[in-house]
Amino acid sequence: MADPMKIRANAVGDVTEVKVLMSHEMETGLRKDAQGTTIPAWFIQNVTATYNGKTVLSAQWGPAVAKNPFVSFKFKGGAKGEKVMISWTDNRGDKRTDEATIA
Amino acid sequence: MNANRWRAFARIGAYALSIAIPAAFGQTSTVDEIAKYRQALQDGNPSELWEARGEALWTEPRGPNKMPLEKCDLGLGPGVVKGAYAALPRYFADADRVMDLETRLVYCMVKVQGYAEADARKNPFGNGNERKSDIEALVAYVTSQSRGVAMNVSVQHPRMKEMYALGEKIFYFRGGPHDFACATCHAEDNKRIRLQDLPNLTTLEGAQKAYTTWPAYRVSQGELRSFEWRLYDCFRQQRFPELVFNSDAAIALTTFLARNANGAPFDAPAIKR
Repeated sequence: MADPMKIRANAVGDVTEVKVLMSHEMETGLRKDAQGTTIPAWFIQNVTATYNGKTVLSAQWGPAVAKNPFVSFKFKGGAKGEKVMISWTDNRGDKRTDEATIA
Repeated sequence: MNANRWRAFARIGAYALSIAIPAAFGQTSTVDEIAKYRQALQDGNPSELWEARGEALWTEPRGPNKMPLEKCDLGLGPGVVKGAYAALPRYFADADRVMDLETRLVYCMVKVQGYAEADARKNPFGNGNERKSDIEALVAYVTSQSRGVAMNVSVQHPRMKEMYALGEKIFYFRGGPHDFACATCHAEDNKRIRLQDLPNLTTLEGAQKAYTTWPAYRVSQGELRSFEWRLYDCFRQQRFPELVFNSDAAIALTTFLARNANGAPFDAPAIKR
């Protein structure tokens, strides 16, 4: 089970800014270990953010994204006290969903 | 390692593109651009992931005794974390030893949680997902609770005085195959290793700036690194014998450097290249 994400969401006017920090190895599949065997690729593939059941961000990631990724985005709408939900799925099928209250 | 480093740079691909051209001209602009790069990353400092894990480790009942570390006395009373790191290392009468944070954490894991000492200290520095270090996570959490607190390490106690003097001696001690001392790189202004500026730890400003920004998330390693790791790696880079985790040598050097940073507000976990 992956570690929780760190999510901050702030509403300024009618725009909500969301900042997400994810804990993930993000292996490219190109590195080799000390024995010379390739370390298999392992990375987050899909990221979605939903607000009130509506998808506000949907992204497809590849192995070029760095370890412990940070993503920041804005969407229109979003009221203080409401919740934003972020989820990711990696190429091993591991999942993680966390939510944060908009401040 | 190399691949890791390149991936770390890929993380800041967008910034890297914008700095690539000015960075080619002169040293000062490179330094400025590195500062900008740090600023850009500060917002999403992954050290927060370690802080969160460390907080859970601190409050969870763990070990053979099923006890949380909240009973651990970091010098300001059992369970007081706020501001504790700014006054470490210090002399602990219960252990009859001067201890830095890492040593105290191991001590508490043994005394409070009932771990065998070898188990408590077997993984001081993490390496990826398979070998996460509990110590580094706890260090991240405890130090984050001292952010903004002015460094205040007292060397009044005779044992602290002794440790400080020992640390000073180690700092200036030349040895190893390169005939290096810490002071070789850290006792003059404007020294650098490759493109990284080295702080002059013999000046107040240099000592304060360096000490108050450790521990830090090292982007090139994808790990949060504690202060003992910093010393361990400095020893390795000097080709000194391996600095033993929680050894008096490590604590003495930490005491020397922490005391010299007194007065400056603590500002870590930080982020470094």
